[in-house]
Amino acid sequence: MSLPEEPKIRIQNVSYSYGGQPALSSVTLDVPANAISVFFGPAGGGKTTLLRLINRLNDLVEGTQMAGSILLDGQDLYAPEVNVTELRRRVGMVFALPLPLPGTVRENVLYGPQLAGVGDRTIQDEILMRSLTQAALWDEVKDRLDDPAVALSGGQQQRLCIARSLALEPQVLLLDEPTSGLDPISTAKVENSLFQLKENYTIIIVPHSVQQAARVADYAAFFLMGELIEHRPGNEIFVTPHHQRTEDYVTGRFG
Amino acid sequence: MDRHLVQRLGFALLSLVALVVVAPILLVVGAVVVRGSGAINWEFLTAMPRDGMKAGGILPALVGTVILTLGTALAAIPVGVGGAIYLSEYARDTWLTRAIRLAIINLAGIPSVVYGLFGLGLFVLFLQFGTSILAGSLTLAIMTLPVIISASEEALRAVPTEFRTVSASLGGTRWQGIRHIVLPQALPGIITGVILGLLRAAGETAPILFTVAAFYLPRLPRSPFDQTMALPYHLYVTSTQVPGMPMKIQYGTALVLLALVLSMNVVATIIRSYYRKRRQW
Repeated sequence: MSLPEEPKIRIQNVSYSYGGQPALSSVTLDVPANAISVFFGPAGGGKTTLLRLINRLNDLVEGTQMAGSILLDGQDLYAPEVNVTELRRRVGMVFALPLPLPGTVRENVLYGPQLAGVGDRTIQDEILMRSLTQAALWDEVKDRLDDPAVALSGGQQQRLCIARSLALEPQVLLLDEPTSGLDPISTAKVENSLFQLKENYTIIIVPHSVQQAARVADYAAFFLMGELIEHRPGNEIFVTPHHQRTEDYVTGRFG
Repeated sequence: MDRHLVQRLGFALLSLVALVVVAPILLVVGAVVVRGSGAINWEFLTAMPRDGMKAGGILPALVGTVILTLGTALAAIPVGVGGAIYLSEYARDTWLTRAIRLAIINLAGIPSVVYGLFGLGLFVLFLQFGTSILAGSLTLAIMTLPVIISASEEALRAVPTEFRTVSASLGGTRWQGIRHIVLPQALPGIITGVILGLLRAAGETAPILFTVAAFYLPRLPRSPFDQTMALPYHLYVTSTQVPGMPMKIQYGTALVLLALVLSMNVVATIIRSYYRKRRQW
């Protein structure tokens, strides 16, 4: 594996189960900074579970068990002294279906910053413009900031959700099938904004297709039934997979 | 038999059943309006009763019922909505929370006169509030709690989990998610439940019988420790306890009570339909 020296996130021996049902079995994986990493594989492989472990959203689920550790910049995310709320501001998440919060475009973007205590109107306006621009949405909504967020199209709503996460200036952005409900044009817009964002952010995405995985991946990890099969730079794994099962999946023999 | 005929017969039968359900309500409201509207005038609504309630107005009973309902709201809303938030958002599924839920369901089935007796024992005698607005409001509040808790919990649970997840993912604490996202979404359902609970309280006689209601007290209450007249009890008294009572006073009282309760009901319906149109899920 040709990874940079200091990985942003180190996933070490992570096993996880929901009510006795194993979802991940001893996954070890380094996620490099300022690159797009892709977790891909057939449904039920544990990609989304691993994603939700990185910002501890699975804390909200009852009856689960976890072993192993996840380090962000060398710090164990599951150490008792970790402030989970603070962690989630550093590790943003975008979900499969766009779910605008009740309220306007502006309120959606500023929800996180306001909870974090940003009250100054000038700073708020800066955040609003920066994050909507980063999510490639500013030009389309700059005159509709006070419209209800649900009035936007599906593609716009999903970019709004990305902007909403970016408003907190996270270091890591997790995206769980962010384009699964979008048309090709909106998908291209979202993917293009990811290419620009990786300059400053560490991005992990669960793609909704192998094609998308191949398009966006700097690094790709193939998951099958809770196991990490293969993790290599994207331009290698899709061209010359090392494992038979990866090849079978990439070439569409199963999925 | 011809299946179209069977269908028509079926529809006819169902319409008849629907009519049987609606007819008594219409008859009751109709009878009260017809016999009571003659009594309604400015004096009836704004004057004290005179001549052993056989003349004059019902002002103290009207004011008493409004105050009791407000007092009930004051006590029942924070406890009921707070309890619903706890049950829906915080409580884990343990034997304790299951027991609490079971208790709430059973509380709703307790006869109201038992609440009255309980209020007499706890508030009037043990806590020494005396026969007072305070004791009556608290008794009515306890009786109203199951309705408010059940309706509020249902409204909170109807808000999709994803909203809570999104709020958490943006660095919100559990309470911030509830406060800013979940509660506003659940508010119409909560308000509807609260109003339905309160209007039941407004019309009850038994719980106030031993705890607050005055037989004949032609003045307005001055403190929470005063007794007061109330519309449902006044109706009972004028109908059964005073010989030679003009019938229009009884029906006038019934009409005022009915109007009060129905108007609250209409308000609840308007709130519900207004918010339903704006809801996004």
